[in-house]
Amino acid sequence: MDKQELIDKVNVALAEEFEIEITKITPDADIKETLDLDSLSLVDMVALIENLCSVEIKGQDITSIRTFENLYNFIIDRMQ
Amino acid sequence: MKRRVVITGMGIYSCLGKNLEAVQTSLYHGASGIIFDPVRKEMGFRSGLTANLELPDLKSVLSRNQRVYIPEQGLYAYVSTAEALQNAGISQDYMDAHEVGLLYGNDSSADAVMNSVDIMREKKNTTLIGSGAIFKSMNSTVSMNLACIFKLKGINLTISGACASGSHAIGLGSLLIRWGLQDCIVCGGAQEVNPYSVGSFDGISAFSVRENEPTKASRPFDRDRDGLVPGGGAATVIIESHESAVKRGAPILAEICGYGFSSNGDHISVPNVDGPSRSLQMAIREAGIDIREIGYVNAHATSTPVGDRNEAKAIANVFGDYRPEVTSTKSMTGHEMWMAGASEVIYSMLMMKNGFIAPNINFENPDEDSAKLNIPASRIDKHFDMFLSNSFGFGGTNSTLIVKNI
Repeated sequence: MDKQELIDKVNVALAEEFEIEITKITPDADIKETLDLDSLSLVDMVALIENLCSVEIKGQDITSIRTFENLYNFIIDRMQ
Repeated sequence: MKRRVVITGMGIYSCLGKNLEAVQTSLYHGASGIIFDPVRKEMGFRSGLTANLELPDLKSVLSRNQRVYIPEQGLYAYVSTAEALQNAGISQDYMDAHEVGLLYGNDSSADAVMNSVDIMREKKNTTLIGSGAIFKSMNSTVSMNLACIFKLKGINLTISGACASGSHAIGLGSLLIRWGLQDCIVCGGAQEVNPYSVGSFDGISAFSVRENEPTKASRPFDRDRDGLVPGGGAATVIIESHESAVKRGAPILAEICGYGFSSNGDHISVPNVDGPSRSLQMAIREAGIDIREIGYVNAHATSTPVGDRNEAKAIANVFGDYRPEVTSTKSMTGHEMWMAGASEVIYSMLMMKNGFIAPNINFENPDEDSAKLNIPASRIDKHFDMFLSNSFGFGGTNSTLIVKNI
């Protein structure tokens, strides 16, 4: 899977889970604002990524993931 | 000073219909909501009988971050509560400005528990359970969700009293209002119908196995009954002080004039005669009425051999030579358990407000005890102004409500 395929897969899953227009997901957009995440729904995002990509996002990791670009890069980094 | 407690709104989501109007039609025609579910047989159930209920789609009404915490029975409870609040004329502005309370009957939330355990066992990673499971799986799930969705500010509590939960919720709510501690309370009961919620109940051979005739399986008081049929949904009743209702210009439908309760102090599942009798007597005493004012009795009768027999004895003992019509709406709905006490108040209200008594369907032959009661197997068109509703549960908890027409 190349990077764009991964991004598409993640975006589709996030848009469906958090019920937003997929066009609102852009690389520079803030994840928490875009997906309307609070401390609880953040757990659902972490679980979704782990189920989808088999990548674990730990507590200390989440602080460095602000934008969707950060998230894609984190996933790609951990998958390699 | 004791205050008068009135009912100003009702809402329901049951196998008889998804709102008051549909349920009233089903009651009037004696329609059954029971079906055979082949999935339960594949799961190893002794009985595949259950109530026919569809999950409401609330995607357009509640946000994702609200829905993710609501279990099956909470969805039903949202629908019935929204209907009840609307009928009571209670807006969100009113709830924002007043201490409206919430007492809701619920005594399980099996589906969320099962799903969480499955993930824990398979993945060995609790994060993957997700954020909703904890709120979906707690016994207080219905009250915690409704309180947050409707932003309620008064008492906020789940009543777990087995199959008398919904009735106790209304009764205890009436006491809080009677003694001036609350002006308005959303009361009710909710019951999940997913297979996980009743598997263990099926396991003790409590359910009817008349699978070839689903609509005839629930037959309270009938000589040939062979067990109950599990049902579910949710029922909500808005109760408030008479002063509050008058001040709001609310529709005053009826008055809760008696609440009786008792504990059998006996077997965990086998009911006796003494406990229920004391509950009935207490409700009648508290209401300060002559029993001949009661025009209809909505029995708890679930279609189990011992339960129906002992309730028939209790009713016959208390009412003596006065024989008002007695029916069990469970003949149509199956046993709505945690919800039943609330739903059966609503079924009885619909009959009282519309001048009929729904049939105790499938009552074909009485047994020795039910022969002493006046049980109509067909609908009776009759005006009555007061009813008594019984609800009994495992552990010997009993609740009786008496409601008067206004």
